[in-house]
Amino acid sequence: MAGKAWRSAILNLLRKWGVTLHREDKIKAQEVSWAVGALKKEPPQPRMFTSGIKTVTLIPGDGIGPEISSAVMKIFEAAKAPIQWEERNVTAIQGPGGKWMIPPDAKESMDRNKIGLKGPLKTPIAAGHPSMNLLLRKTFDLYANVRPCVSIEGYQTPYTDVNLVTIRENTEGEYSGIEHVIVDGVVQSIKLITEQASERIAEYAFEYARNNQRASVTAVHKANIMRMSDGLFLRKCREAAEKHKEVKFTEMYLDTVCLNMVQDPTQFDVLVMPNLYGDILSDLCAGLIGGLGVTPSGNIGANGVAIFESVHGTAPDIAGKDMANPTALLLSAVMMLRHMGLHGHAKKIESGCFDTIRDKRVLTKDLGGNSKCSEFTAEICQRVQDMD
Amino acid sequence: MTARSVRSLSGLLKPLFSCHFSRVNGAAACNQRHKSTYTPPPARYGGRHTVTLIPGDGIGPELANHVRELFRFCCVPVDFEVVNVDSSMASEDDINDAIMAIRRNGVALKGNIETNHYLPPSYKSRNNLLRTSLDLYANVMHCQSLPGVRTRHRNIDIMIIRENTEGEYSSLEHENVPGVVECLKIITKTKSLRIADYAFRAARATGRRRVTAVHKANIMKLGDGLFLECCQEVASGYPEISFDSMIVDNTSMQLVSRPQQFDVMVMPNLYGNIVSNVCAGLVGGPGLVPGANYGEDYAVFETGTRNTGKSIANCNTANPTAMLLASCLLLDHLKLHAYASMIRRAVISTVTETRLHTADLGGQGSTSDVVQAVMNAVQSTGPQTLSM
Repeated sequence: MAGKAWRSAILNLLRKWGVTLHREDKIKAQEVSWAVGALKKEPPQPRMFTSGIKTVTLIPGDGIGPEISSAVMKIFEAAKAPIQWEERNVTAIQGPGGKWMIPPDAKESMDRNKIGLKGPLKTPIAAGHPSMNLLLRKTFDLYANVRPCVSIEGYQTPYTDVNLVTIRENTEGEYSGIEHVIVDGVVQSIKLITEQASERIAEYAFEYARNNQRASVTAVHKANIMRMSDGLFLRKCREAAEKHKEVKFTEMYLDTVCLNMVQDPTQFDVLVMPNLYGDILSDLCAGLIGGLGVTPSGNIGANGVAIFESVHGTAPDIAGKDMANPTALLLSAVMMLRHMGLHGHAKKIESGCFDTIRDKRVLTKDLGGNSKCSEFTAEICQRVQDMD
Repeated sequence: MTARSVRSLSGLLKPLFSCHFSRVNGAAACNQRHKSTYTPPPARYGGRHTVTLIPGDGIGPELANHVRELFRFCCVPVDFEVVNVDSSMASEDDINDAIMAIRRNGVALKGNIETNHYLPPSYKSRNNLLRTSLDLYANVMHCQSLPGVRTRHRNIDIMIIRENTEGEYSSLEHENVPGVVECLKIITKTKSLRIADYAFRAARATGRRRVTAVHKANIMKLGDGLFLECCQEVASGYPEISFDSMIVDNTSMQLVSRPQQFDVMVMPNLYGNIVSNVCAGLVGGPGLVPGANYGEDYAVFETGTRNTGKSIANCNTANPTAMLLASCLLLDHLKLHAYASMIRRAVISTVTETRLHTADLGGQGSTSDVVQAVMNAVQSTGPQTLSM
C-alpha cells in the first residue's frame, strides 16, 4: 500500500478503537509500521454470522461484469442468503501527489465490510496508470490468491475427478516488477523472496487446509536451481508444517508437479507456491476443469480483507447481449459464503448451479448450450427455491 | 594423423537436430559464420566413435547399462567412456572431470545427477554446471503421441526449443538483508537471438510451418520483452514460417485443452521447464520422451524431463524408452543413421505392445523385458547382430 493509504487505513482503525493520535498529519512511517506489525500479529478471527445480514462490497466491473453480478444477486435472493450488497465502482483516480489510487468511497466500503465480490475489470492500455487488479492488490495487501479447482460434472473435459486448491503468494516473487537494463542487450529481472511473505503464505496455506478439511499441503519449488530464494520459501513452509502436524506436508519440484498434474491430477490436494509458479500452475489447473469461465478465485489480504473474483476477461464482444456465463462469479460468491461460515447457503447455491449444468437443458453458449444468461440464472434460482 | 586432419563437415553441422540428412555444403556454409574458433576434431578412430557416458543417479546407471548392452548387441561402432559423478561430494572435481571428458569426445549420453538441496547454496546443481560450462544453449524435446500409448489427448506433435544457459537458471542469488533474498533472471540479446535462430533453422530443416514464442512480457516487460523482440527479429528472416507469441499461463491452459494447435515452441529457461514437462505428461510421461542439449561444439543427450527416478531405482521397473530414444538421437548426431533408424524402429514397435508396458504406462512389464523385446525386434529386422 502507498504511504498515504496506509496512514488513512491505520487512522481509521485506530479511530474505530477509540484511540486518537496527536498531530495526525505528522504520523511517522515508523509508527505506521509498528501499528501494522501489531495488526499483522493478530490471529484471524472466525466470523460469526449466525444471525444478522452481512454487508458485502460488490464491484460489478466492466463488459459482462454488470450482467453476471446481477445474475449472482438474483440467485442469492432466491436462496435467501443473508447478504446485503453495497455496489461500488473502481476506476483509477489520481490522488494528491499524483499517486494513482482507487476511489475513496470504494476503499472505505471495503475496509468497513472486509468482504468483497468483484467482476472482471478492463485492463487499461496506455492509460498511464497500472492495472486495476494491481492497484487493488496493493491497496488491500492481498497476499494470497486461492483457486479451488474442482471438476464440474456435466462440463466434460479430458480430466475428471480434479479436486485441488492452488494457493499462490501474490505480492512478491518474480512479479516484483524490478527490472534493469544493465548494458545494452543485457536485462536483469529480480525475483524477490522475503522471509515475512513466505511465512505469511505458508501459515495461510496450512490454516486453509485445516479449516477446509484438506489432508495435505504440497510446497512447489525449484530449490535445486534457485537454492537461496526457493530454499528460503521451502524453509518457511517446513516451519509452518511443524506447527500444523495434523496436515501432511510434502515438497515437490515444479517440473515434477507439472508432469504429474497432466497425467493424474487426483494425487494433489493443496498446493502452495511463490508468485510465478502459482500463476502458471493455477491457470494450468483452471484449464484442467474447463477454463477461466468456470473457475472461482479468492484473494485474501491482511487485516481480514478478502476479495473474491472471477478471473476471466470482460468479453466486450458479448457485453450487453445476455449471453454471458455467470458460473465463475457465482462459484467465487459461493467461496465467499464458505469463507464467511455460511456453509448451508453455499452448499445450496453450489448444488443448484452444478445440477443445472449437469442437466444440460439450459446452458449458456460457452458451456455448449443455446440459452441466455437470464434463462440460465432463472433455472438456477428455480432449483435453489425448490430445495427449500 | 588422418583422423585429426580431416575436418569433418558433420562437426560443423552438429547443432541441427534432424532425422533427415541435411545438405552438408549449404549447412556448413551457414554454420561457418558462427565459427571463429578452432573446431575440435571428432573422437573417431578406426571408424569407431568414443562417447562420454555419465550414468548419474537413481535409474541412470541401470538404463546406461541397458544402452551399452543394446549397442553391443547391435554392433554399433560406439565405445563409451564412463565418468561417474558423485552427487554427494561437495567438491566439483567429479563434474569437472566429466566436462573435460565431454570436451575431449564432443558427445555425451547422460543420466540426471541429483541435487541435494539440504546442502548449502554454494553447492550448485551439477547438471546446470555442465550445461553452462559447455554452453549447450539449446534444449530440444520432441513430444509426439505414440501409437499404443493411451493418453487423454491424441495427435500431439510439438517440438520444444528451450534456452538452456541463462534466464532464471543463472544461479545468481544474494541475501543483502537477512530475510530478503534476491534471485537474478538474466536475459541477453545475443543468447535470445541465438536460440531464436536455432528454433527457426530447426523448423525449416524439419519442414515445420509455425513457431510460437512463449513469454510473460506483460509482467516482465524488459526481460521477456527483449526475448520477444529478438524472436520477432529472427522471424522476419524466415518468411515461410509463421510466427506468433503466447503468454505462458494461457499456453499452459491451451496445452491441457487443445495441444494439437502447437507446432514449434521457443522460450526462455524456466517456461521451457514447465512447458516441456507438461507436454511430456501429455504424450505419456517421463519414460517416453528423449531430450537433446546442443551447443556450438558439443552435444549431450538425456531423457527429456531429466528425472533421477530415485524412488524406482534398481527395481527393474523403469521405462527405458526415453533413454533408448536418446541414444538414437546420439547415433543420428554421429551420422550413424542406419543404426539409429534400426533401433528407433524396434523401440517404437516395442512401445506399441501393451503387454510390455512398464508401470509408468499402467502395465506390469519390467525394464529388462522391454530391452529384450527391443533386441528381438532388432534381430528380426536388422543386419548382423551378436548371437544372443
